[in-house]
Amino acid sequence: MRRSIWVSLAAACAIAAPAAAAAADKIKVGFISTLSGPAGAIGVEIRDGFNLALKLAGGKIGGLPSEVLVGDDQFKPEVGRQLAEKYVKLDKVDFLTGIVYSNIMLAAAPLAFDAKMFYVSPNAAPSPLAGKQCNPWFFAVAWPNDAYHEAAGQYATTKGLKSVYLIAPNYQAGKDSLEGFKRFYKGKIAAEVYTKLGQLDFAAELAEVRAAKPEALYIFLPGGMGINFIKQFVASGMSKDITLITPGFGSDQDVIRPVGEAMLGLFDTAHWALDLDNPANKKFVAEFEKEYKRLPSVFASQGYDTELLIDAAVRDVKGKIEDKDALRKALMAAKFQSTRGAFKFNRNHYPIQNYYLRVIGKDAQGRLVNKTMSTIFKDRGDAYVQDCPMK
Amino acid sequence: MVLVLEQALNGLQFGLMLFLLAAGLTLVFGIMDMINLAHGSLYMLGAFLAATLVQATGSFALGILLAIPATAVLGMALEVALLRTLYARDHLSQVLATFALILILNEAVRIVWGTDAPMPMPAALSGPVELLPGMPYPAYRLLIIAVGAAVALLLWLVVAKTRVGMQVRAGASNREMALALGVNVPRLFTFVFGAGAALCAVAGALLAPLLAVQVGMGENILILAFVVIVIGGIGSIRGALVGSILVGMVDTVGRTFLPHLFGLALPPQFASAAGPAIASVMIYLVMAVILYFKPQGLFPARA
Amino acid sequence: MRIAFLILFAVALPIVLNSTDQAFYLSFASRILIYALAATSLNLVLGYGGMVSFGHAAFVGTGAYVASIAYVEGLASAWIGWPLAVAAAALAALVIGALSLRTRGVYFIMITLAFAQMMYYLVNSMKAYGGDEGLTLPARADIGFGLDLGDDVTFYYAALCFLALAIFSLHRLANARFGRALLAIRENEARAEAIGYPVQRYKLVAFVIAGAAAGLAGALLASHGKYVNPNILHWTQSGTLLVMVILGGVGRLWGGVLGAAALLGLEHLMAEHRIGWLAALLPDYQQHASLGVGLVLLAVVLFAPQGIAGLFSRQRHA
Repeated sequence: MRRSIWVSLAAACAIAAPAAAAAADKIKVGFISTLSGPAGAIGVEIRDGFNLALKLAGGKIGGLPSEVLVGDDQFKPEVGRQLAEKYVKLDKVDFLTGIVYSNIMLAAAPLAFDAKMFYVSPNAAPSPLAGKQCNPWFFAVAWPNDAYHEAAGQYATTKGLKSVYLIAPNYQAGKDSLEGFKRFYKGKIAAEVYTKLGQLDFAAELAEVRAAKPEALYIFLPGGMGINFIKQFVASGMSKDITLITPGFGSDQDVIRPVGEAMLGLFDTAHWALDLDNPANKKFVAEFEKEYKRLPSVFASQGYDTELLIDAAVRDVKGKIEDKDALRKALMAAKFQSTRGAFKFNRNHYPIQNYYLRVIGKDAQGRLVNKTMSTIFKDRGDAYVQDCPMK
Repeated sequence: MVLVLEQALNGLQFGLMLFLLAAGLTLVFGIMDMINLAHGSLYMLGAFLAATLVQATGSFALGILLAIPATAVLGMALEVALLRTLYARDHLSQVLATFALILILNEAVRIVWGTDAPMPMPAALSGPVELLPGMPYPAYRLLIIAVGAAVALLLWLVVAKTRVGMQVRAGASNREMALALGVNVPRLFTFVFGAGAALCAVAGALLAPLLAVQVGMGENILILAFVVIVIGGIGSIRGALVGSILVGMVDTVGRTFLPHLFGLALPPQFASAAGPAIASVMIYLVMAVILYFKPQGLFPARA
Repeated sequence: MRIAFLILFAVALPIVLNSTDQAFYLSFASRILIYALAATSLNLVLGYGGMVSFGHAAFVGTGAYVASIAYVEGLASAWIGWPLAVAAAALAALVIGALSLRTRGVYFIMITLAFAQMMYYLVNSMKAYGGDEGLTLPARADIGFGLDLGDDVTFYYAALCFLALAIFSLHRLANARFGRALLAIRENEARAEAIGYPVQRYKLVAFVIAGAAAGLAGALLASHGKYVNPNILHWTQSGTLLVMVILGGVGRLWGGVLGAAALLGLEHLMAEHRIGWLAALLPDYQQHASLGVGLVLLAVVLFAPQGIAGLFSRQRHA
């Protein structure tokens, strides 16, 4: 009888034991991402890019020793949120970053915002945070969610494609994607279909595509969803008659590796490619291949750029990250050499940059890669900045 | 018209794969009176083993053929080592123990293989076959339908025409009586469990190139398998077949035609969300309706 | 005597945590209290009533969503939102219970699971309230009296009050005629029916009470995290609640509380504290925390079916 009380008290004390006091001059970063499951390939790429940049800086951020806590949100918003709560409240990190998917980010990032902490997004950048709900604590390093889709829509218009069938998963980024495409595509939309997030068998949807006979098919199906779709699309025999266009992140190295030769000739749009000619990118690609024995994808470049941004900002405020306003200014200034060339933030903390048309071909060593073909947009921001009240 | 035919084939394909899982599940439940939530994990193991063996042997067919007995052996080992002790326990203990087993097996697979394993589709089958003029259908899915139908036939033959099948039917119908009549129960149970595992492996291996081979892939299909055996009647293979085709069709039809219907009235995002949601709900509604009229399922094996 | 110790501990905890700057653990403790409430409600149905419900998450989820929707639609007061949640969950339990209790055994398990899944898919399709992205609430519900639930300490005490109320009610219920009848039904339904108890009615009443309490837990959960998403209704959540009850002790008064504390505590400990020898064997073992949970659960089912409460009590299973 007595035993139970002492056991519970002891257990409680063990749990309540105060954590070691955080060293004041160490930069702590909370890195939450999807690292497992078919949706996890992207998170792994971002993490690897981030870690590479950190390694090349000798494990230091802004010249100060650093610690990166890595957590797996398992593609579940509530897990991401719990991790965010732990990193923000228990581990008391200085920056939160890493999340791949917009729905998880929208659940987790508010914990950083409430604690007056910066969330630097290496991927997810949904439209509400670019416009009306723009947030001084949020910085998007990659691209506004719509951007690649707008570029693709523009390409479809320029190429004169008469009818396009649209498919995306049913979540915020999915909706953003097709909105973006439609913003610049002036032809006929054969159909607009939203699949279940995480769905992997598209037999039913593909049958519908076949019946609709569009000239082109535009899909936004990141990660494992896209891999399966492209495989099944090719298996159905429709790839001969229907042009497949995807946004660049649906057809980068993480998809090329599992799908293979079936992707030759596929067109996609992106803000970055392996062959972009600037010194930062050349260094990045070479080091990445040396370290991880594989070619980097666009996501890896984003993770890399995110680390460089945080590093540059900390360096800019000379390690005094407690001054949040100064840190924000430093983040805005973005004084670093990005893999995409020059880097500039818009006043809503989303980037302004070029977008290119890419095609999948073979490089000098016969490997399947995305090759830059032409520039679709130059110095484009996003469609929502006018609604943002921030200066 | 072509669309309807193609969707019907899709429904059939899905249903046959469900059948492979449901058959094993219904036998285990019917004969050993054990609820085995870890059945989906055997499906997952079959898929992972197939992926590895295909890579090791370089041959798709060989890889799958080897994965089947491998999974069966693992399943039987599991039965002898652990699940045996659960036969005598109440259903709640079985549910919880096998739920624990799901967690353990998921993590064990993750430790050994990582979160997923790539399984490419065999090149010969990655194109379409012209079934009717103007109606190509993926060759691989045809293979699945063919194998599924063949296994169903084989299963029926074994259960209806062989001695061991007779013992299985006797055990499903009335276990005590079968025991009294001299059936070697422990060996029969192990055999049934192994057979169930083998069926799971066939489904897992065949579906692997289409879906992703990943940790946790068993859970989603497990629920559907349970719905199937409840609809079909516990212990009845015939019921499992009817139930799984029914569920496969309802699911496919629901996923594709309901959004069309809703699309007439709602914007595309809502129609697309409502369609699959109602389709999933429909499966449970069908189950509820069938249980209302036939509380033991369509073809109950028990007397 | 030990109750006094427990009350003292529970009341003093926030003060201790706050003074040692452990705000995270205060939030964690509140979560334990809420899950303890949910698990206790399941315990009523499962432990005392003998009904293996695999769909209990449906009631937690209903409560969570109704409370959240009420808040988003402008009814920010907890005095409106939470009773609404409880009422909705009770109604759901009434409907689901009435339909499911016609069956028994595995069919009952399957039907309860099916209903929970139906709710899951329905909620998933409610795009207006977030769909599968979930619904984020701007703040916790408003309880009035100048108290701010946004303050973790206040929230903790609110949750503690509800849990205490639940435990007390369960205690009284178990010892009252209703509870005794339930236990008789659990032991042998045919005999209870023969004696003349309206078995169906008793089971349904227990089911509804449990559903209502679960709904309250759901409302608290949504308010605590300021976030709700359809995964709260998934059958694996029902499984987690079952795990808690079994771990804590089926049919024991404190089963739900002990189980929730044990499971959540175990998960947290596994993630936080690095065990040296285990790390040497398997460097990233902390990514595989559920393996440990699974093993513990299996061990409990096989060797200690009375759960933690059973280990501590000399009282034989009632």
